[in-house]
Amino acid sequence: MSISAKANRLWAYANPKKFLETTEKALPFFWVAAALCLVVGLVWGFFFTPDDYRQGSTVKIIYLHVPSALMAINIWFMMLVTSLVWLVRRHHVSALAARAAAPVGVVMTLIALATGAIWGQPMWGTWWAWDPRLTSFLILFLFYLGYIALWEAIENPDTAADLTSVLCLVGSVFAILSRYAVNFWNQGLHQGASLSLDKEENVADVFWVPLLVCIAGFVLLFVALVLYRTGTEIRARRIKALQARERVGA
Amino acid sequence: MIALLMRDLKLAFRAGGGFGLGLAFFLIVTVLVPFSVGPQSSLLATISPGVLWLGALLACLLSLDRLLALDWEDGSLDLLATAPLPLEAVVTIKALAHWITTGLPLVLAAPVLGVLLNLPQPGFVWLVVSLALGTPALSVIGTFGAALTVGLKRGGLLLSLLVLPLYVPTLIFGAEVARRGAISMETNTPLLMLAGITAGAVALLPFASAAVLRVNLR
Repeated sequence: MSISAKANRLWAYANPKKFLETTEKALPFFWVAAALCLVVGLVWGFFFTPDDYRQGSTVKIIYLHVPSALMAINIWFMMLVTSLVWLVRRHHVSALAARAAAPVGVVMTLIALATGAIWGQPMWGTWWAWDPRLTSFLILFLFYLGYIALWEAIENPDTAADLTSVLCLVGSVFAILSRYAVNFWNQGLHQGASLSLDKEENVADVFWVPLLVCIAGFVLLFVALVLYRTGTEIRARRIKALQARERVGA
Repeated sequence: MIALLMRDLKLAFRAGGGFGLGLAFFLIVTVLVPFSVGPQSSLLATISPGVLWLGALLACLLSLDRLLALDWEDGSLDLLATAPLPLEAVVTIKALAHWITTGLPLVLAAPVLGVLLNLPQPGFVWLVVSLALGTPALSVIGTFGAALTVGLKRGGLLLSLLVLPLYVPTLIFGAEVARRGAISMETNTPLLMLAGITAGAVALLPFASAAVLRVNLR
């Protein structure tokens, strides 16, 4: 009973008006919290953690690299979920949220690739290696580009939402396939996970806490950006509808 | 279904159908490779399995935008959608026709072009086997891309952007089979993976293609 009541409350935000009202109230908090976490995490990470005994100060790029890489994958996952919601329940806000998230995902992927290259140059002695993780990120980048290009290419918004949703589903399967294929194809240079629940392989505690703060900052920033951009998309569509109505009236 | 297959094949073989275009493209790419990397036969022997696979993949890609676009323009796609045949079967037949007119000739031509690129002797069998197993997946995935972009005026470039990332796993395993075969290594693992990808794509993607096509025909 309570679960279905909760679900009903969640679906209420599928109403664009309700969505806009709530997010407008919530957005300032998200912006402030994101800025706070990012400033604290980055300043802490950059200035108040010791240099690594082998990597020197280059280790500090981890505070940008790990959160952005994490977000790059999870944003695609979020788009998958919202695409499914659109296909099943036909809530426009859901499709628009997926559309709003994609450019953020591209930027996150680019940040992860760029910071990785900047770190790799002094550490591995190369900007780029055809390592499985690096390669799968490049492929993920291409998937994002194709997804956005398809959104841009189609004029009818419902058709665009349908087609991009199916592309997102099929793309997810192929992205996972590519990940395994790439693993098979080349041995890795990239180190294992720097964060996991299995504490043994984690980075040392001095790096770990500010890193968590940075990740929280990136997540909050993403939520704020997606809510804001979804609101923009909703308004843009309203303007289009109003213009269409005016043209018919005139 | 057979009537539809015969119709598609006839259209492809007759003038303006573009049959052989992919084959000619494959030939030209192969001929251009020694010009760009140099004619040393040892170098060519190393890269020939990968180059041949890439050439075949691009040749497949080249013919995708006419896979559904012509039927879309003259309205026969609408007729097919309202026909008693399920749309899933229609796209499967379309993919099959694409494979027979593009994939199969590529498979047959690949050994000849392998000679040009100094492919090592044991590699010929594996090149043909891997292409024969992999090109159906290329056709089916390509049909999905063609169905996505069929309603667009200039969908060709977008089609490449959408389809090429989807081709990655097939290319990796296919080229790996050919590469390992050329240096007489064990080829079972990538061959089975390639077969798995093809089987999965053939079984599942027609549903996605048909769903997308329905949206486009709405």
